[in-house]
Amino acid sequence: MIRLSKIWKTYEMGTQKLHALQDVSTTIEQGEHLAIMGPSGSGKSTLLNIVGCLDQPTSGEYFLDGEDVAQLSDDDLAEVRLRKIGFVFQSFHLIPRLSALANVALPMVFAGVPAAEREERAREAIDSVGLADWSDHKPAELSGGQKQRVAVARAVVMRPGLLLADEPTGNLDSASGRQVLDILCGLNQQGITLITVTHDPNVARLAERVMVLTDGAILREVEGRKVSTLDDLFSPVASGARDELA
Amino acid sequence: MSMPAAGPSNARPDIPLRELLGFSGGALRAYPLRSVLSMLGIAIGVMSVVLLTSIGEGTRRYILSEFMQFGTTVIAIHPGKTETGGLPGVLGGTTRKLTIDDSEALARLPNVTSVVPTTMASGPVEYGGRSRSVYIYGATAAMPEVLRFGVARGSFLPPGDPRRGASVTVLGPKLKRELFGDSYALGRFVRIAGTRLRVIGIMEAKGRILGLDIDDGAYVPIATAMQIFNLDEVHEIDVTYEHEYQTDALAEAIRQTLMSRHGDREDFTITTQTAMIETFGSVMRVITLGVGAIAMVSLIVGAVGILTMMWISVGERTGEIGLLRAIGVRNRDVLRIFLVEAAMLTSLGGFAGMVLGLAIAAVLRLAIPGLPVHTPAIYLVGAMAMSVATGLLSGIAPARRAAALEPVEALRAE
Repeated sequence: MIRLSKIWKTYEMGTQKLHALQDVSTTIEQGEHLAIMGPSGSGKSTLLNIVGCLDQPTSGEYFLDGEDVAQLSDDDLAEVRLRKIGFVFQSFHLIPRLSALANVALPMVFAGVPAAEREERAREAIDSVGLADWSDHKPAELSGGQKQRVAVARAVVMRPGLLLADEPTGNLDSASGRQVLDILCGLNQQGITLITVTHDPNVARLAERVMVLTDGAILREVEGRKVSTLDDLFSPVASGARDELA
Repeated sequence: MSMPAAGPSNARPDIPLRELLGFSGGALRAYPLRSVLSMLGIAIGVMSVVLLTSIGEGTRRYILSEFMQFGTTVIAIHPGKTETGGLPGVLGGTTRKLTIDDSEALARLPNVTSVVPTTMASGPVEYGGRSRSVYIYGATAAMPEVLRFGVARGSFLPPGDPRRGASVTVLGPKLKRELFGDSYALGRFVRIAGTRLRVIGIMEAKGRILGLDIDDGAYVPIATAMQIFNLDEVHEIDVTYEHEYQTDALAEAIRQTLMSRHGDREDFTITTQTAMIETFGSVMRVITLGVGAIAMVSLIVGAVGILTMMWISVGERTGEIGLLRAIGVRNRDVLRIFLVEAAMLTSLGGFAGMVLGLAIAAVLRLAIPGLPVHTPAIYLVGAMAMSVATGLLSGIAPARRAAALEPVEALRAE
């Protein structure tokens, strides 16, 4: 379970203060699927980075599984990321010199998993995203959709409780994007908490809950299935969807 | 899916070196040409260090062995003292010359095994119609033993009172060949500086010692030599003794004995063989060190190459570093990854340089037999240690740069 309380993230730009996040509070249940939407610069990536322990808030409390991670040291945050959090990025972030299998196994190398077990678990993970036949291929030999599936396999190979996806389909055609979303939703159904940052209402619609951010603050939260158009979501005037949730 | 039990409070152990080597080695293999070229810089540096210090060490050993052939338990006494100030006869007392009597007095000191007074003069040696101008050494019967010379044929000078001469001579092998060719020389008479002497022995070939061809010379009893050349002093007294540890005590005893015989003046110089070897050895070591330091410059150039290469590599792999941080790799692990990469480059380069240096040394030994080349094992260990240290040093700045990257910033790079 994730509990964010009064999260602020402030950057000092000379004499001006820039608030990337303003007073964000929310609770995300274990196994929930949350989509975060908002225009560019609305703070959604900043929020994802804080939830992912890659960044720390200027103020506020962040409890992950009951532990106050806002106070942890750099090394302890790395430990949290290694054990509890998986990341999927828009640009895949695969290491080009490593095979698909080695990319998937990478987190286990640094977690001290013995080589034999690493191989077995990496094969299992790559099989679960349907790429068993592509294990020995380098990322350059894979399509965009295949690369993202390898990245998903890498994100879950340490069996984290939380999966963070930053525009997971942003660089993919709709068919490949669909495949990746199916895999992410399948993992969510198995119990992993899934938080997706997206521009795409079709992606957001898959989530149970959609959080809309503007200017670093939560504009509204709606039920995923109620999302129809972007205009609907971002309009400053409350729509029917919001009334219903409220 | 359940949360893993391991909490963040559990300190993670460092990544095993084996994993680091695998990961960093893969990164180096991804750019083979770049890696090999930057290794080459280190290889050339280590090669020149190994090669030049080997030549230095070889030269040191060569010169030492030239000295050592006389043994280490020899003390030489020469007339005169470089430190002696003033003019004899003006500032108190007269300088006494070293004499055969002095040498006989030293022979009575404890622990002394033999004493050889010698003189050296150049003069003509004639036989038949031939004449050859060479060094004539005045010596006593003990000389071959003291200086470790051997007699090839006949015998050396006869033993007996060194104050009494004898009309005999022993020829060096080269002088014998020049005067007699292949014909028999023993029992024949030669003229040395006009005096007729009978040849009683031929020395073994000894070659040059520090540039002096001792094979091209003749030995005569010291009293005879002093008489022929009209000398009133001996040029050197060589004292041999039993054990090296007696050196200092014996040198002091010699000093006391000679001073009491010379009116309490130290008008002679005592040189122990060990002191000579030590002085020479340390001079050569300094030269070797200096040559090695010059060779180090090329190693430093190689290190700068590694530094540049690693710096560029960190810049190019910012996205990879971001990813590593995101999947939970600590910044100190990132530091280690890049340090190990640099150390791998330099130790592989260093090893190649070492092999190259040894190979060239072997070729040199074959091509120029006169050039003394010697590579002690400790130099090789040192060269390897230096290579690894170079890698760690040149890797520090790039690795720190990599470790200091903010994960969020680094992830944005791609």
